[in-house]
Amino acid sequence: MQKLKKAILFLEDGLFFIGKSLGKSGETFGEVCFNTGMTGYQEILTDPSYSNQMIAMSSPHIGNYGTNNSDTESERVYATGFIIKSESIQPSNWRSEESLSSFLIKHNIVGIQDIDTRALTIHIRKKGAMRGIISTEDFDVHNLASKIKNIPKMEGQDLAIKVARKKKVVLSNTDNPIYKIAAIDFGMKSNIYDIMLEHDAEVEIFPANVSHDEILASNPDGVFLSNGPGDPAAVTYGIETVKNLLGKKPIFGICLGHQILALALGANTFKMKFGHRGINQPVKNLITNKVEITSQNHGFAVDEDSLPSNVTVTHKHLNDDTVAGISCNDISAYSVQYHPEASPGPHDSRYVFKEFFNMMKNDAKT
Amino acid sequence: MPKRKDINTILVIGAGPIVIGQGCEFDYSGTQAIKALKEEGYRVVLINSNPATIMTDPQFSDKTYIEPISAEYVEAIIKKEKPDAILPTVGGQTALNVAMKLDEEGILKKYNVELIGANRKAIETAESREMFKQAMLEIGLDLPYGYTVKSLDEAKKLLNKISLPAIIRPSFTLGGSGGSVAYNEEEFEASVNKGLKESPTGQVLVEEYLNGWKEYELELIRDLNDNVIIICSIENIDPMGIHTGDSITIAPAMTLSDKEFQLMRNAAIKCIRKIGVDTGGSNVQFAVNPVDGRMVIIEMNPRVSRSSALASKATGFPIAKIAAKLAVGYSLDELKNDITNRTLAAFEPTIDYIVTKLPRFDFEKFSSASGKLGVQMQSVGEAMAIGRTFRESFQKAFRSLELNLPGFETKDPRDEDLDIKRFRELDIKSLNDGSAFRMLKVKEAIKQEFSIEEIHKNTGIDPWFLTEIQEIVNIEKEYSSIENLEFLKKNGFSDLQIARLNNLSENEVQQMRIDQGIKPVYKLVDTCAGEFEAETPYSYSTYESENDLQPLEGKKIMILGGGPNRIGQGIEFDYCCVQAVFGLREAGYKSIMVNCNPETVSTDFDLADRLYFEPITFEDIMNIINFEKPDGVLVQFGGQTPLKIANQLASAGVKIYGTSSDSINLAENREEFAKVIDKLNILTPEYCIAKNYDDIYSYAETANFPVLVRPSFVLGGRAMQIVYSKEQLVDYVFRSAEATNDHPILIDQFIENAFEFDVDALCDGEEVFIGGIMQHIEEAGVHSGDSSCVIPPYEVSDAVKKEIETITAKLALELKVVGLINLQFAVKDDKVYVLEVNPRSSRTVPFVSKYSNVPLANIAAQISVGKSLNDFKLKENNFEHYAVKKAVLPFKKFKDEKVFLGPEMKSTGEVMGIDMSTGSAFLKAMKSDGYNVPKQGTAFLSVNKTDRAGLVPIAKNLMGLGFNLVATKGTCRFLNEQGILCDDMFKVGEGRPNVVDEILNDNIQLVINTPEGPQSRFDEEAIGKTSVMKNILTITTLPGARAAIDSMKHLNKISVKALQEYFK
Ligand SMILES: Nc1ncnc2c1ncn2[C@@H]1O[C@H](COP(=O)(O)OP(=O)(O)O)[C@@H](O)[C@H]1O
Ligand SMILES: Nc1ncnc2c1ncn2[C@@H]1O[C@H](COP(=O)(O)OP(=O)(O)O)[C@@H](O)[C@H]1O
Ligand SMILES: [Mg+2]
Ligand SMILES: [Mg+2]
Repeated sequence: MQKLKKAILFLEDGLFFIGKSLGKSGETFGEVCFNTGMTGYQEILTDPSYSNQMIAMSSPHIGNYGTNNSDTESERVYATGFIIKSESIQPSNWRSEESLSSFLIKHNIVGIQDIDTRALTIHIRKKGAMRGIISTEDFDVHNLASKIKNIPKMEGQDLAIKVARKKKVVLSNTDNPIYKIAAIDFGMKSNIYDIMLEHDAEVEIFPANVSHDEILASNPDGVFLSNGPGDPAAVTYGIETVKNLLGKKPIFGICLGHQILALALGANTFKMKFGHRGINQPVKNLITNKVEITSQNHGFAVDEDSLPSNVTVTHKHLNDDTVAGISCNDISAYSVQYHPEASPGPHDSRYVFKEFFNMMKNDAKT
Repeated sequence: MPKRKDINTILVIGAGPIVIGQGCEFDYSGTQAIKALKEEGYRVVLINSNPATIMTDPQFSDKTYIEPISAEYVEAIIKKEKPDAILPTVGGQTALNVAMKLDEEGILKKYNVELIGANRKAIETAESREMFKQAMLEIGLDLPYGYTVKSLDEAKKLLNKISLPAIIRPSFTLGGSGGSVAYNEEEFEASVNKGLKESPTGQVLVEEYLNGWKEYELELIRDLNDNVIIICSIENIDPMGIHTGDSITIAPAMTLSDKEFQLMRNAAIKCIRKIGVDTGGSNVQFAVNPVDGRMVIIEMNPRVSRSSALASKATGFPIAKIAAKLAVGYSLDELKNDITNRTLAAFEPTIDYIVTKLPRFDFEKFSSASGKLGVQMQSVGEAMAIGRTFRESFQKAFRSLELNLPGFETKDPRDEDLDIKRFRELDIKSLNDGSAFRMLKVKEAIKQEFSIEEIHKNTGIDPWFLTEIQEIVNIEKEYSSIENLEFLKKNGFSDLQIARLNNLSENEVQQMRIDQGIKPVYKLVDTCAGEFEAETPYSYSTYESENDLQPLEGKKIMILGGGPNRIGQGIEFDYCCVQAVFGLREAGYKSIMVNCNPETVSTDFDLADRLYFEPITFEDIMNIINFEKPDGVLVQFGGQTPLKIANQLASAGVKIYGTSSDSINLAENREEFAKVIDKLNILTPEYCIAKNYDDIYSYAETANFPVLVRPSFVLGGRAMQIVYSKEQLVDYVFRSAEATNDHPILIDQFIENAFEFDVDALCDGEEVFIGGIMQHIEEAGVHSGDSSCVIPPYEVSDAVKKEIETITAKLALELKVVGLINLQFAVKDDKVYVLEVNPRSSRTVPFVSKYSNVPLANIAAQISVGKSLNDFKLKENNFEHYAVKKAVLPFKKFKDEKVFLGPEMKSTGEVMGIDMSTGSAFLKAMKSDGYNVPKQGTAFLSVNKTDRAGLVPIAKNLMGLGFNLVATKGTCRFLNEQGILCDDMFKVGEGRPNVVDEILNDNIQLVINTPEGPQSRFDEEAIGKTSVMKNILTITTLPGARAAIDSMKHLNKISVKALQEYFK
């Protein structure tokens, strides 16, 4: 039995949990949210959409199958804290290269374990996502309470610009790509471009604040709006760019990209109570009437009533009826709120990418 | 799509008797399905030959047929009830195979009935190993290297393609029936032959043996819209080669990364689509190579299964219920998730706790069994435990096994099992084979500092689990001090374990916990890991910070369940617990169910007002009581399980409703009970209670043998033996029992050739109602659980009947029984001896209730909480019909077991035949047990001297029916003297061809063979085994023979009648 440092998780409404240190010791803060996935912790940790968030995993044993070099969605860990019930002492899997805790230490992540994560989950379900501090040093709740006031709220925060690439990169696996995709990086997961590359596309990834001229100049077959963290409404420049691309190029957006498309089309977004974070989220495709089990990770959503008449809601979230996908009737632009690229999560929705490729084909013809 | 309007009557096919591999999980799924279909307003007709099931309670279906589950009887029912559809997917392999037959024989077409849930093609493709292999290859899934064959010659040709060891698996079987592993060519031939015989289609799959691969299962559901969802992933701790039913399994899967899990998920979805299960649940099994992750598909079952019952209990998602609704046309997004009540059934459950399932074995019962686990299932039941961590869940599961294990730990050395004793000098090689207690051996190995690597190599158990076990060992070593009380509780240690680690008593530890405010909290099983508010009443305990639920409001009573099924304690007791819930509801009480058996109806989340999925131990029950503060507890419905803690509960000040624990002790304690018997001057066999060896010697001098010896406090006649001489008695005592004050040995004079009677009665303290008197067909000496019995009695004088009733009443009142009482009598020369009194529900309660339409257990529950018998206006039943109960024995699974019945109970289940005459009822019972009762042919007779006179009328009857008679020398000579035509035949060893040869050559269709007493049994065993294998009807008692012959007269007519029709 290894001895672990004491740690505390303190929430902005005063509730706190005493547990044991996980990963690096020290102090960290962020918006506390829970994820109900039973697998995929490494993908989650490395997903840029989680920046400035501390993730509580509701699944009690984390780290069972270790970590490796291929199951990562970016070079670094974006979550600012990790909250679990129990870390596995002995990772066991043929692909495991490194234990969770050394992975966390390597990425300087402060975490906490051995707390009642179910109680925490239920608290957040009831009170909504809120700011929190994990510390292995300061256990004085008054200090913590005052510190927490200085943590910025999620609303109004543009985090995309922080996590997005600063320079454009061009990716391709083939000498004669079939499509040329311009992807705007708001915090893009690697599995998204991996899937595009599998389909022999050349992917040109632009920084979040790229101008529409620059994109049009590179004359892509289609424009992709990536997932990402933070409040979509705060990404004003991105919304501007997309407005100017509407109708000019086929557009496809995922998650934050979906919200930005909706905003560009004149709709509004709102902050959800505690969002959707898990890999068991049911979505109904209103066109085919089929249900797909999806991977989701979002704290904001598109307000259905605010959608203009030329936009059709194509997918709905079965649990709470929120908008899960939209499509424009007059121009080739569509988007989904969930993650068809999965990773982690089910592969039910891979077809969503195919639509993008078809759009680009047809658009090329006309 | 909304539900179908074009069908209104649906025939549901049940699974029949409980056998190894097909347990009471099918009562659970069947009951759910029926409830769901009724809810949708369909007319439901049910066939099931198993009277101990809840589903066969008349209140559930519109028509309930307790008839043999064979094509001919199902056809008769179809003809009569004109169903529009048949649901074959909730009745295990039995239902699937009958459905196939109905289709093959054109019966479905003839009456145009359609199969819903799974069509014939789907069933065939999944269950035929050949077609399955093809189908999987077509969709590009990887399988173990192998071929299917239909003959031994074909198989032999494979030997140059497949290297041994190879595994042989038959088509259309379950529970691994007929499957085996061959390490050499000799075994190979045997295995193939066995497999070919077991497979209804004479087809086996021969495959490379995936030694040490990991085994996984996925439970999934598909609807008519082709929506597919995964309900649960299950990881087997025991590797491939040990049947999933015999493996320790964990949910969710622990050692798969998301990438690997999604591949498995995709494969399972592809599989169910390819097989073409249009709606409902299926189970797909995978094997994964731990070295390189290669994943192969092992099989898929196109129906709900043992695992789907487990998955339902593990996640809260009612698979069978949803499956039934999908079968009538709904799609998943049209059905709501009953647990959250706000979300839909279209989602994938996610859980925030760990579920452990442990199989329950009963090898002690089968002296011939090696105890080695393999591809053929041998477990007779299972226990499930839920905890927030693996350690907590795992330790709880061991507490739940009903083996007096205080946790993941051996019993205290005094009454330690032999198997566990062997660890003392542990040989790492002994870990190679799976066995009932391998995990405890693993623990011992870790204690003895074998390396994880080494143990992993020898067991194939994943290092993740081994490390967790190592942690448990470390905690015991370094943190066992009482200072770490809370830490120990968080790691799943029971008060008893902690007490032992600290030389304290259980109560002392309990007190310390209470003083320090260390008590469990109760969390909900909510299908969604807390994402949504749940309205489920389904919970489990854990040592954490916050309770999910508040104590139940209003008048509430706790019912203690029966725990895992095992021989002697089966589904009957779950039936009684469920009836008790109904009873309490009628009496205006809420019910709190506590049980740990995932196969049961009692643990269905919507049965009781609240369900605690917890072990039935003093500690776990007291914790719930302290939290819930129920008005009281019912202990008489869960069989022996709750009784063992009744005293502790009572002395802890818990109110026991119904018969008091003092009365229970009085009946269980032979000495005290003897006083009662004398007082009421009732006859019992002469007996002796030996508290030391001298008692035995002195008794042996005077005793008139044979006598029956047994230790005290046993259920299922365990460790009982008939001994015929002083020497044998002394020998038995030395070998198998110790005599002490608190564990005395009971010796009864054994009453030979006596009729045995079983009685179930109700008593409210003032009045007694006789629920039913059953007369056994086999003589006393064959355990009441193993012998066939008839209700009403078929060969009894009114005087004796009266006497039985009077004694029953006297004892019930004297013992102050409030609720149910069960008695066994032996009757000889019109003298009535009391053999045993159980002041609780009994194995026969459901049978009697089905015969008489009186819900005994339900009424008992109401009486327990204060109602009186008068409130129920019960009439003494005199019906025209007869019911026969026949025990179903597992001799096919334990091939080397003696087939003779004795005071040791061996049966796993029972069937019921009901009709207007004993003969036809007995015939149905035999058919339900799978015997083909011969019309004519050759009958082999061999009876002991005392039986000879009785044989004459039987022999004459057989000739009348057109049988040729053959007999062993003695018997033959005797019959010839009586002028009965009969040829003699060699016994084994007398020369050849002998009787066994003739049975093998199909020259004998019926065997009547009454035991010669203790000696010269070798011959009889040989005969018995051979006829079991050849499924030849073999009768070992004259009354049995009379009944059988009587039944043959009815062979030509197939009559069916629903329970509801008997009580118009
Ligand atoms: N190729 C194999 N190598 C090793 N073990 C196997 C193989 N195939 C099956 N098994 C074992 O045999 C058990 C029973 O096989 P299965 O096809 O599931 O039979 P059943 O349909 O009776 O459940 C499995 O649970 C697994 O442990
Ligand atoms: N004195 C006896 N004479 C003849 N048979 C007996 C006698 N006592 C018990 N038996 C037989 O043994 C069986 C098991 O005994 P019982 O007391 O019922 O054990 P259990 O507690 O397992 O039910 C009985 O059903 C009966 O057939
Ligand atoms: Mg099978
Ligand atoms: Mg199987």
